[in-house]
Amino acid sequence: MVLTIAARELRSLFLSPLAWAILAVTQGILAFQFLSYIEQYMVIQPQLATIEGAPGIADLIIAPLYADAAIVLLLITPLITMRVLSEERRNRTLSLLFSAPVSMTEIVFGKYLGVLGFFLVMVAMLTLMPLSLLAGTALDLGKLASCILALALVLSAFAAIGVYMSALTQQPTVAAVTTFGLLLLLWIVDRGATSSDDSSGVLAYLSMLTHYDPLLKGLFNSMDVGYYLLVITLFLGFTIRRLDSMRLQN
Amino acid sequence: MSTTPLVHAVNLYRYYSRTCAVNNVSFDLARGDVLGFLGPNGAGKSTTMQMLTGNLAPSAGEIDILGIDLLDAPKRAKREIGYLPEQPPVYRELTVDEYLDYCAKLNRIERNRQQAAIDTAKERCGLTEVGRRLIGNLSKGYQQRVGIAQAIIHTPAVVILDEPTVGLDPLQIREIRALIRELGKEHGIILSTHILPEVQATCNRVQIINRGSLVFSEAIAGLDSRRHATSLIARFNTTPDIAALQRLPGVTRVDYLDEDRVRIHHGGDDPSEALVEQSVSAGWRLAELAPERSTLEQIFIELTTTDIIEDGSGEAA
Repeated sequence: MVLTIAARELRSLFLSPLAWAILAVTQGILAFQFLSYIEQYMVIQPQLATIEGAPGIADLIIAPLYADAAIVLLLITPLITMRVLSEERRNRTLSLLFSAPVSMTEIVFGKYLGVLGFFLVMVAMLTLMPLSLLAGTALDLGKLASCILALALVLSAFAAIGVYMSALTQQPTVAAVTTFGLLLLLWIVDRGATSSDDSSGVLAYLSMLTHYDPLLKGLFNSMDVGYYLLVITLFLGFTIRRLDSMRLQN
Repeated sequence: MSTTPLVHAVNLYRYYSRTCAVNNVSFDLARGDVLGFLGPNGAGKSTTMQMLTGNLAPSAGEIDILGIDLLDAPKRAKREIGYLPEQPPVYRELTVDEYLDYCAKLNRIERNRQQAAIDTAKERCGLTEVGRRLIGNLSKGYQQRVGIAQAIIHTPAVVILDEPTVGLDPLQIREIRALIRELGKEHGIILSTHILPEVQATCNRVQIINRGSLVFSEAIAGLDSRRHATSLIARFNTTPDIAALQRLPGVTRVDYLDEDRVRIHHGGDDPSEALVEQSVSAGWRLAELAPERSTLEQIFIELTTTDIIEDGSGEAA
């Protein structure tokens, strides 16, 4: 049942030009970044060759590429998630799901998985770029896997937040703006806190960036993974509660 | 009762913040019933229907579908409900076939029976020709039919239709009414409408809801018998004696309504012809003569307007 809803969601996404446009633009921008990182690498490669234990391709091309991807997708997630629930409410199609023998949890998970499916396509397309380097050189596949995992986790967290924001309003644009605001806040929240000692720990923990960077470097810390799982569970839980209360209050 | 009713609603209440949209509504729907739900705008028809289909939780009360509590076991109960809201819940970007396929899966129809269910629903709603077209490109009437197809695809015990004929042309309305009558043979149907003749044409029971309360609930057959045995309303410029009127053949009783209007009750033989003759010869100067039939419309207007006055005085007190 979850998969049925997810498939419908994904299908509707790809029936709109928006999804294709987003895929194309993202791919274009990231390809440009990818090429410029390669260019830089080519320039400094002779010097690197002389240093013992110098950073490799994974550190100089792949990690920055995935770091950029997270920023680009932070801008794009709201556009994908904004209509997931708000548009159903606006077009009154939600009652189709509500009067079918489907639980709220199934509805929310279905919607969420649909969005994740889209992001999976995006990550797969992005990953093709570093994989293309395999044709000419050896890659640290472990680090690449870590980068893919990091991006997938970040996107899953983004999507959960976006789905929740979409459940809050009937206006897709409002959902997009609030999603963007919250995502950006969570990304930069540790910046101001670096000076003051007391709160910096909490704020640094809240920031998505502090959990993203170590994974990009290939440092797999269960606390970082736990952070993303926590965000996902929390916001999906909120969404289920929100749909339930919609039935109560409308 | 030996058989469980399809729908058993008890003491339903629904508040929107402080306004009471549905106030103590109880009713049963038996198999083979086509129940017409009437009421002015904002009377609580749609709210009641949303509660029956699990789209809205009642503030208080109980709903059983085939004896299954809708609030305790929503998944099992919802299998037996088909619902067409006021706006058909269709995805404009899908084709009719894709949409119905999705609905079939959502309603947990077994995989090997899905295609048959889709075909039957399409055939019943006259959609066989448009299966490959995008719903967004269909006319309002066809979108409405897709909405109905969605509601009956899993052959639920109860089909709830909120204003199913809105926006259709007269021909389509006739088709939809025929469809509803046909569905009524196997399913229990609740439909809401503003069109009173529609209720008389399709339903066998009627309920009128006003300001959240159920004010009338009767079988259409009973309504018809009520319609025949009635009375005349006459207005004279020179009002005659009661005695003179009562002497007319067939008249059983005469009431004065106001100075020049009288209600003449008769046992069934219409005395109007004699009345007119008498009026001419005796110089009563008959100005108006109308048969008084208690039509559905009259009942509707009577029930929905008097209540407002009563309620108004009640609130003021």
